[in-house]
Amino acid sequence: MKIIRIDKTDWDSGLKKSADHYRLVGPTQEKDFFLYKPLKPGKAPDMSFSNTRLSAKGTIYPQSHTLFTYSLDPDQKDHHLLIEPENENPPTAVIGIRPCDAAAFVQVRRNFDAPDYQDPYWLNAYENTVLVGLACDQPGPACFCTSTGGGPYDGTALDLLLADNDNHYLAQVVSDKGAAFIEKAGWAGEVETDAAMQIFQARKAAAEDKIRSTVDTDHLADAGTMALYDAPFWEDVAFACINCGTCTFLCPTCWCFDIQDETHGMSGQRLRIWDSCMFPLFTRHGTGHNPRGEKVQRVRQRFMHKLKYYVDKYEAGVQCVGCGRCVLQCPVNIDIRKVCELMNNAGKQPVTCTA
Amino acid sequence: MIDYIDKIKQISKQILTDCRVDMVIGFRQGTVPMMNEPCFAKTVDDVDAFVWDSHCGINLANYLTGRKEKIGIIAKGCDTRNIVTHIIENKIDRDRLYIIGVPCRGMVDRRKVNALCDSIYEVTEQGDTVKVTGENLDRQLARADLLQENCTTCVHPNPVIYDELVADEVEVHTDVDRWADVKKIEAMGSDEKWSYFDDLLKECIRCYACRNACPLCYCPTCFVDESKPQWMGKGQDETDVRTFHFLRAYHCAGRCTDCGACARACPVGIDMRVFTRKLEKDCFDLYGWEAGLTLDVRPPLDTYQADDPEEFIK
Amino acid sequence: MQNPYLPYPVRIDNIVTETEDKNLKTFKFVFENPEDEEKFDFSAGQFAELSVTGKGEIPIGIASSPTEKGFVMFTVNKVGLVSSHLHTMKEGDIMGIRGPLGNPYPWDTLEGKNIVIIGGGFAFTTLRASILYILAHRDRFGDITVIYGARTPGMLLYRDELAAWEKRDDIQMHITVDGTDDPDWKYHVGFVPTITEQKAPPGDENTYAIICGPPIMIKFTQPALDKSGYRHENIIMSLENRMKCGIGMCGRCNVGRHFVCKDGPVFTLSQLERMPKEY
Repeated sequence: MKIIRIDKTDWDSGLKKSADHYRLVGPTQEKDFFLYKPLKPGKAPDMSFSNTRLSAKGTIYPQSHTLFTYSLDPDQKDHHLLIEPENENPPTAVIGIRPCDAAAFVQVRRNFDAPDYQDPYWLNAYENTVLVGLACDQPGPACFCTSTGGGPYDGTALDLLLADNDNHYLAQVVSDKGAAFIEKAGWAGEVETDAAMQIFQARKAAAEDKIRSTVDTDHLADAGTMALYDAPFWEDVAFACINCGTCTFLCPTCWCFDIQDETHGMSGQRLRIWDSCMFPLFTRHGTGHNPRGEKVQRVRQRFMHKLKYYVDKYEAGVQCVGCGRCVLQCPVNIDIRKVCELMNNAGKQPVTCTA
Repeated sequence: MIDYIDKIKQISKQILTDCRVDMVIGFRQGTVPMMNEPCFAKTVDDVDAFVWDSHCGINLANYLTGRKEKIGIIAKGCDTRNIVTHIIENKIDRDRLYIIGVPCRGMVDRRKVNALCDSIYEVTEQGDTVKVTGENLDRQLARADLLQENCTTCVHPNPVIYDELVADEVEVHTDVDRWADVKKIEAMGSDEKWSYFDDLLKECIRCYACRNACPLCYCPTCFVDESKPQWMGKGQDETDVRTFHFLRAYHCAGRCTDCGACARACPVGIDMRVFTRKLEKDCFDLYGWEAGLTLDVRPPLDTYQADDPEEFIK
Repeated sequence: MQNPYLPYPVRIDNIVTETEDKNLKTFKFVFENPEDEEKFDFSAGQFAELSVTGKGEIPIGIASSPTEKGFVMFTVNKVGLVSSHLHTMKEGDIMGIRGPLGNPYPWDTLEGKNIVIIGGGFAFTTLRASILYILAHRDRFGDITVIYGARTPGMLLYRDELAAWEKRDDIQMHITVDGTDDPDWKYHVGFVPTITEQKAPPGDENTYAIICGPPIMIKFTQPALDKSGYRHENIIMSLENRMKCGIGMCGRCNVGRHFVCKDGPVFTLSQLERMPKEY
């Protein structure tokens, strides 16, 4: 793999050059936390962040997004027809995305890029985005990415993997998209791969050492679906839950959405809006009947989806990248690490149900 | 405050043993620093998991809504005021409750501690001191400097209704200006207020943690979720975001106890108390009313008096 | 890339009020672009999202048979925002349909088999489509029995067609109502499970049941079928759940790992027995 040295003195100027070709998005401090935001011309990403409060999912999949526009005015041509927005995904570079958030795109893609249906909005945005990742030297207190198939120096889901090496970055060029970005930024200082990889290895080991929690997921696939579903611990797990959307909205791998028409006067938009399995309305039928009307059913759904249904459906691990956001921000301390342990331990029991 | 726990456990075990309640609602040790988890104990053994410290800020009255059991509940001053409000609003019968009152010395604002460094590993307390360890951090801090904003101006730290107190009542501070924060905003011009609120709500993601953490927000279908008619849009339109916060605050007028649950729950650090505080002050100024202090008087906004002030009607 | 969220534009060609409570209307739609009708290639048992611009979409079973050409037909119960608005719309109005979505009844498996079709209330739409489809290919199937019930005679859907099918000898019709004071009522009085117990042919390897109806009807019909010896692999049901996308992406209609919209709505009872009861 090609590795480029980017002196920090060349960082801002390179980004500026790249901005002629890409819309730049990067970590930005807002009050006491960081978010990924479009960078105004000349504004550099603030690379001093640990991780952003909201994940990077919104850079590809905005919380509220126009699927179509329409007019209800009978005098307008094409009234009542839905019109697709045009050219809405200019080439975009997400600067400083963490490996966990990039790995989330791989997990979420399985939903939006299915064999029978493809979601054009998500896929176009994803294909037009280059992920300029920043390896993680200071994992947070609730991080457990190494338990979910990733790691603080895992570049597989990225286009470029940057390591912050004092006065310069070392950038692994993971993909052609990444190479194109490097070229547009004008960073050309290729270094000898073996030596640079040793630096990566050493930094990776140091970063992984700082990860303070691990979670076992090895028995989730073996566990019987109905045995887990009927497990005795859900009432206890769900008791504290207030059914807010914090966990799902902060999660980089939660993708559920609502579709809403919003009309102002005679024109409007059909919007796609993040939704949450924590909300009773998510599943409530028009008749009032609700298959997940109870809190315990909704909490169970969230964990069963991430740690069992997804595992079985795609046979590619859990639907979680271990970023720890839900753990740190849940207002009532419901901790997916603890729930995963309960579920995984249940998977170790002999299966009595064949489901 | 950590010295309360033995008494809390003793009472909890007693009322479970005596079958006075079916369950006791309290807190257990959280998995991350400064976060305890609300939990229930149905057996004497379950009670052993209970903890009490400066990180029990969640308002447990929120967990009473819709429950049918006989319940023991561990309640701070503000929690008991919300229990009173629940009783007044017919959400729960006093007879079904055994209130274990906790005189409160204020709860720690975890955001103030988290601001010290990126990774906080452990927070412990002894008396008036809090010890914080984290990434390259090992510090002793005064508990008083770390309190939630609502706790610093709280004048009802002692339970107003209880079956048993776990300790002697704490001293109520009388030397604070309760409304300094509200007056500051009242003094702003319209434009300044507008941009202040604009900035305040800018990061809202409409997760409704504020609403759902609030014991007052028990409507079966919240106005934001109504579809027939649909009162407001569900996207990130700023008018919709503001409408949600303003209307929710008004729904809490004369009922809010400033327990701080809303702001505490917010994942993006919005202090939406700014709105409820103004209404709390208005209720105090106009009607001399503080929510949840008594079972004997109807709240001002569900009664009419001939001498109700009406200068605000123009 | 084809946009799976974009409905085909259609015009409302005809509206019929089906039931005496006026809560059910049948809409016939004609495609604005004739080539869209070709693309909307469906089988009985599938559904579509009806798109009312400015209000939203609702998933509704396709009530017309693929053997009927020139239009598609849906019977809509007035319940929520979109269906209520749809009930106010007029012939000639423009709206959209998106689909076909979901899996049809398993017609390959059903070929050569005896079929008992059991329906209740307004959940008779895809069953109508199925009956028309079967009658159009009558020689491909064995004995066909239909048991259909509603609260009152005036609550039955497609009454003219029911009467016409009654007269045929290649389909056994058992129409029933919960109760009626109509002295001229010439069919059954009684609940669907009771009629099923009396009239359904005995279950065997070659006999399948297709059931659509309210949960309470399904709950009590199943024991009746058990008594008659139906294998649970041969009992076919169609589920409903709240849906938005209809293509397995928005996440709300799942029952366990299966999406009702994409992996269903058609499931066999033996499949459902291994899934959470979240529908």
